[in-house]
Amino acid sequence: MRDFEYSRAETLSGAAGQIGEGASVVAGGTNLLDLMKIQVMSPARLVDISRIGELQGISDDGEGLRIGALATNSELAADGRIRSGWPLLSRAILAGASAQIRNKATTGGNLLQRTRCPYFYDTAMACNKRSPGEGCAAQEGVGRMLAIFGTSEHCLAAHPSDMAVALTALRAEVEIRSKEGETRRLPVTELYRLPGDRPDLETVLAPGEIITAVRLPAPMAETRQVYSKVRDRASYAFALVSVAAVVQMDGDRIGSASLAFGGVAPRPWTDPEVDQALVGAAPGDEAFGNAADVLVAQAQCHPDTEFKKPLLRRTLIAALREATGLAETATGASTARIPA
Amino acid sequence: MTKTFRMNEAQPRLLDETGQGIVGAPLDRPEGPKKVSGRAHYAADGLPEGAAQGVLVRATIARGRITGIDEDSVSGLEGVIGVFHGPEFLRNPAQGMAGEAPVQPGGEVHYHGQPIALVVAESFEAARDAAQRLVVTYEAEAGVVTDPARSEELEQDDPETAGDFEAAFAAAEVTLDRSYTTPAQAAAAMEPHAALAEWEGDELTLRGALQMLRFNKEELADSLGIPAEKVRILAPYVGGGFGSKLGIGPEAVAAALASRTLGRPVRVVMTRQTVFDAVLRRTETSQRLRLGADRDGRLRALSHDDRVSNIQGEGFAEPVSQASQFLYGAEGLSFAQTLARVSRTPAGSVRAPGEAVGMLALEQAMDELAEMLEMCPVALRLKNLPEKNPMTGQPFSATRLGDCLREGAERFGWDARKPMGSRREGEWYVGMGMASAARSNMLVKSAARVRLSGEGAVVETDMTDIGTGTYAILGQIAAEMLGLPVEKVEVRLGDTSFPGASGSGGSFGANSAGSATFLAAKAIRETLAGRMGCGLSELTLQEGIARGGNREVPLAELIEEELVEEASVEAGDTSESHFSSGFGAHFAEVAVHAYTGEVRVRRMLGVMAMGRILNEKTARSQALGGMIWGLGAALTEEMAHDPRTGHVVSRDLANYHVPAHADVPGDMTVVFLEERDDMANPIQTKGIGELGISGAGAAILNAVRNACGARVYDMPATPDRVIAAMEAAGF
Ligand SMILES: Cc1cc2nc3c(=O)[nH]c(=O)nc-3n(C[C@H](O)[C@H](O)[C@H](O)COP(=O)(O)OP(=O)(O)OC[C@H]3O[C@@H](n4cnc5c(N)ncnc54)[C@H](O)[C@@H]3O)c2cc1C
Ligand code: SF4
Repeated sequence: MRDFEYSRAETLSGAAGQIGEGASVVAGGTNLLDLMKIQVMSPARLVDISRIGELQGISDDGEGLRIGALATNSELAADGRIRSGWPLLSRAILAGASAQIRNKATTGGNLLQRTRCPYFYDTAMACNKRSPGEGCAAQEGVGRMLAIFGTSEHCLAAHPSDMAVALTALRAEVEIRSKEGETRRLPVTELYRLPGDRPDLETVLAPGEIITAVRLPAPMAETRQVYSKVRDRASYAFALVSVAAVVQMDGDRIGSASLAFGGVAPRPWTDPEVDQALVGAAPGDEAFGNAADVLVAQAQCHPDTEFKKPLLRRTLIAALREATGLAETATGASTARIPA
Repeated sequence: MTKTFRMNEAQPRLLDETGQGIVGAPLDRPEGPKKVSGRAHYAADGLPEGAAQGVLVRATIARGRITGIDEDSVSGLEGVIGVFHGPEFLRNPAQGMAGEAPVQPGGEVHYHGQPIALVVAESFEAARDAAQRLVVTYEAEAGVVTDPARSEELEQDDPETAGDFEAAFAAAEVTLDRSYTTPAQAAAAMEPHAALAEWEGDELTLRGALQMLRFNKEELADSLGIPAEKVRILAPYVGGGFGSKLGIGPEAVAAALASRTLGRPVRVVMTRQTVFDAVLRRTETSQRLRLGADRDGRLRALSHDDRVSNIQGEGFAEPVSQASQFLYGAEGLSFAQTLARVSRTPAGSVRAPGEAVGMLALEQAMDELAEMLEMCPVALRLKNLPEKNPMTGQPFSATRLGDCLREGAERFGWDARKPMGSRREGEWYVGMGMASAARSNMLVKSAARVRLSGEGAVVETDMTDIGTGTYAILGQIAAEMLGLPVEKVEVRLGDTSFPGASGSGGSFGANSAGSATFLAAKAIRETLAGRMGCGLSELTLQEGIARGGNREVPLAELIEEELVEEASVEAGDTSESHFSSGFGAHFAEVAVHAYTGEVRVRRMLGVMAMGRILNEKTARSQALGGMIWGLGAALTEEMAHDPRTGHVVSRDLANYHVPAHADVPGDMTVVFLEERDDMANPIQTKGIGELGISGAGAAILNAVRNACGARVYDMPATPDRVIAAMEAAGF
């Protein structure tokens, strides 16, 4: 690990003053410190934002919930309002990491965690994301965790967050504050850039901008929400594929669907055509399979990720079966209990 | 004076006579509170005054020559003390029980990840930074083979055979010919490999994370070119080994060399990534099973061929077909092995080498055969219990395989097993599977010293406790023999200044070090009998009181000055005349998600006969741990190698998937059947931990097949493979 300077910010404006060239903010540190130890990231200065009061807490602002960037993953998953109004979020968070990590991990840090591509973690291997222009060792390497949508010839890495997938299906927004103190809001999906020829640039955040909050819009009445995550062991593993589904029924047909997919793209993946294909459909494996085919048709696979096509297709069907009540399982769908 | 005992014939079952009820009791581990409160000091705990810290540097080519190590590239960095490298550096850790310096390629690089230098600095962080920045130049070889399937450097011995396999196979009414693969695996011990070296004059003391100190001392001395008497190794606590700490590793030699040059203590702790790169892995295997049987299920022909790999120059080849050679038997038997040379992290013993992967294939093939014969898998195995070791003709020393199978079926509710694919609960298919378990058993030369004073007893041996319960069982044996409460026995382990034991490996530690402790205590009993004026058989020692020759005397009164006895045990005639193995039966119930192919194990049962149980609690933990490793091999564990460089890609515990808690069912049951193995050793025990693994994974995979039709030939059975197999089976 390289030496670095450390400073703690007590306020947002204080933090803005400390963030400069070569600095990185640190929140829970569960991702950044790991990367610093193996010198994949070596910021010259760490600005610790973890004590800033303005970034804490979860509040109801009338339009929905405002989640402070420092709200921990555990806090969020356990929050009674979230469990009843946005149960998908709670489930997605609990499907990730471990209890110990979730206790430290923050909302902002979770959104900005780096990929788990093993070549990114290995400084002896070429990686455009780590060192732009160096090449991409994953192309002809081992690639079980790589993405199948939104990749480029320069980078095939997937975004690992589960929480971000749920937030995307819930149409959440991130609130961003610039160094100068201006605030803007973006849908979660628009926070991320696709790799193109600069996989090192992962988000649209300008230098010095930090995430201050995530905003959840008021929930739609009577939606069924499901998070299905398939991984290589029952817990404590990143998604091979995951599906976040928010489904509203209209009688015995699907009224609307908002889907997002994890483990398959450099950002939480969405496909409006898939959502659209489900509207008006009678729940059943055939209709779900047709929608899944629309999605999977777009996939571009590394030899090691060919399996993600059938797996994603099947996981989407399974999630929709739960979301439309065709299947009850142990982890079952959760109905958002919101007064209509 | 050490009394040496050779196991030439069955011995009286003295531990059944002593009557204290301490041996076998489910006692807590005496060192447990220290471990859970952080007071047990492992190799890397604590840093003596003035110690420097070293980090190993790895080669980043697959094969070639080092042309330069530019020390200047790091010498100016703050805190950096020096860079050490040279021909003494270890490329390969020593294999288990080598007792000499491991083979080395000199200045050559034979695999990507090979340790080639040590950077020493005032802090770990500075050393790690410098290790990362050190500029090394190479002359890389072209056309390096890292994939065993493409290796042309193959070593093949004549097959081991009994009878005429080809003829028996050709004549069999029903035949099966299947191929299976298993991936490379990591031992994945929690404690990373670490060494702290300190010299006093020409004498070296090394605190290490090592399993077999008697051998390790010789290996280290030989590597450094000094006499073994000059080396003392301490390893009182070891945080898991699973084979990966059998022999000394590069960290030990590097720490010793740097410390000698610098004249100060040097600590080298491997980073987790280095543990994956540079510690012996388990080879990947590809296996072919051919079974021939009569319609009624009698096996006629059995062949188990395999291909394994290792790096150039390493003799170790995973004994894949070990259990297949004695578990069932047939008229024609044949076992052929091919060792492919590759540039990959060297391979060695990892948790039940041989059985752990060989039985995954054998016991799945048996399941497939049962299916072809439309026969119950338990019945098929019961039909094929051999009376003798079919390859050697030796009688078994003790076998209760049949009882394990029957008792297991009964307890598990095997009767309720449904035809393939017919049990569905919601989105989940549910099924049951089973497999036999076998793991050959050994006695390895071991010595121990027992001291008895009026205060209590002390056991001393260089045996290790790698988390398995050695402290507990040696204390129990001594207490039982000497008529003392266990609290009155102190066990001192992990120090080469004590008598040399087998070390922890091959599940033979309890047999071997336990027997030596038993024999030393027995010698003390003889002295006490003399003092009581009675024969040894008349003496009873219980709760601090000696009785015999119509006298009753407090033990303390018989001892004027400390009684000290040292005993040594080694295998003898019984290891030739009889074949000893643990046997058991594993049962599993699994649920498989009909859409996503996820497998969840719902319950597991292992019924095992493994000789005398020395501590019911630690034995159970061993067996359970083994079964969980079996689950890992079946469902989650896979070391990925880069196809170009051969280097390990899954280099941490986030990417290398040992089973997590959620993978392990709440309902895990272990049942021990009462057994004494009179031919195995003087305390009638057998090895435990590895038997838990052997076959356990196959029971799970057979249950997957019963649940949803998926037969997975390439382990582990991850969701994608289960889906593909389910689709192939028409589900
Ligand atoms: C073993 C392991 C398993 C895991 N498994 C999963 C999993 O299954 N699913 C999953 O989703 N996640 C998983 N995680 C990742 C975990 O969720 C993230 O590490 C965590 O959410 C990061 O949050 P943090 O607060 O610790 O971030 P930090 O490490 O503090 O920061 C991460 C990054 O975000 C930046 N940052 C943090 N806060 C802000 C802010 N407010 N504004 C701007 N930038 C900011 C930092 O500069 C840094 O670049 C796992 C992690 C580990 C170590
Ligand atoms: S896929 Fe992306 S992260 Fe992985 S090696 Fe290539 S450039 Fe780096």
